[in-house]
Amino acid sequence: MITSLFHSVAGDLAALLIWPGLVGGALLGWLYLWLMRKLTARLQGRQGPPFYQPFFDFIKLLGKETLLPAGISPVLFYGLPLASLVATLFALALVPAPGNPLRSFPGDLVVLLFLLEVPALCEVLAGFAARSPYGQVGAAREAMMSLAYNLPLLSALIALAAGAGSFSLSVMAAAPVSWVHLVAALAFCLSLPARLKSNPFSIPNAEQEVVAGAHTEFNGLPLALLELSHALELVVMVSLFAALFLSPLAGSPLAWVAYLLVCLALVVFVTVIGAATARFKLHQAFGFYWSWGAAAAILVLAVALIR
Amino acid sequence: MNAWQKLLQIARGRSPWVYCLNTGACNGCDIEIAASLTPRYDAEQLGVRREGSPKHADILVVSGPLTLRTRAALLDIYQQMPGPKAVVAIGSCPASGNVFAGSPTVLGPVDQFIPVDVYVAGCPPRPQAILQGIAQAARILAEGKQKKRVEVKA
Repeated sequence: MITSLFHSVAGDLAALLIWPGLVGGALLGWLYLWLMRKLTARLQGRQGPPFYQPFFDFIKLLGKETLLPAGISPVLFYGLPLASLVATLFALALVPAPGNPLRSFPGDLVVLLFLLEVPALCEVLAGFAARSPYGQVGAAREAMMSLAYNLPLLSALIALAAGAGSFSLSVMAAAPVSWVHLVAALAFCLSLPARLKSNPFSIPNAEQEVVAGAHTEFNGLPLALLELSHALELVVMVSLFAALFLSPLAGSPLAWVAYLLVCLALVVFVTVIGAATARFKLHQAFGFYWSWGAAAAILVLAVALIR
Repeated sequence: MNAWQKLLQIARGRSPWVYCLNTGACNGCDIEIAASLTPRYDAEQLGVRREGSPKHADILVVSGPLTLRTRAALLDIYQQMPGPKAVVAIGSCPASGNVFAGSPTVLGPVDQFIPVDVYVAGCPPRPQAILQGIAQAARILAEGKQKKRVEVKA
């Protein structure tokens, strides 16, 4: 009994810290970030950065001096990036990626949805707490955008849960592929560029408008944590897609290959959209998600509930 | 030097994020700095990222002689950059004042106010020379040999 408890706790810890958590997530996240920068560069006719670039960027930021801006409490300045990172890490551990040793529990989808919201919440709080006008505008934009892109995203996940008849991620991942999956995949892809703050929805961090948005005042270690949190968020989103839409392959060695291929395909999709488009204004993006996003949400819920 | 510090030194050399500041230049050097970031010269190959916030930057790229009106901005921005940091002076103006030397509104070369690690000569210098200057500053950061600020004329 004690040994089995020990094994399950060890499995949970492994999910959090090794795969798909900290180590695996960071390595994959840096790989995806590099792929995005390299592919963008190639599409723009440049050479682009070498593959180790995101890794060295992170290490360098860790080793830099940290300057505390005037008027912000150190608890918030260090705590918000840390909360964002920890929440993303737990979200990553919950994703039913192939080989995830975590025991799935009923209702873990609800926990995952909550954890996915925490980085955006931290970003909004960080932008307002840092007392920079750029940070505040970036935070307000992020808050508005999260009201927009969550519509198709949440609808897709709720429809999948309704289709599988369960709020457990492992049951959803094992559910046979149906029409719900196809429509839900479209709705998921619709919200993905905004979720990752990529063009044309790079509104909260628009570097030509609000410097670096909520990150403007952050530097050194807190900035490194925010960047790592963003890399892990990228991994969570693409892994969640790959895990939920690849049920026929579950358990076979081919699942690993398909998982990686789908993740890479999604990263390429977001990058190509980002490189090919210019930035929307906030009201255009909001209008886009509350018209086309709402249409996708209604469609996916209709397909899931009317059978 | 332990393994972490060695890794950190390599990372500092491979990830130079720059902040560009015009302290009263004629805009000639700034156009060449912009050119060095374009696809033709592609500074991102060296890991360079142009940052909008001095708090994210490792290298301050200064163009122009220091004027009365830009002195406070230069010192403010230099102080806002977290260390370790290096300064690259682009063109003849930050080095000598160039054609603006002797003007009553020009205070003089930038290196009288903040330590300058690399001078890139030219009026304006070519983008290749600017990239070489940034690469040299990144090497200086990797070796930990950047100049420390000892005294600043306030």
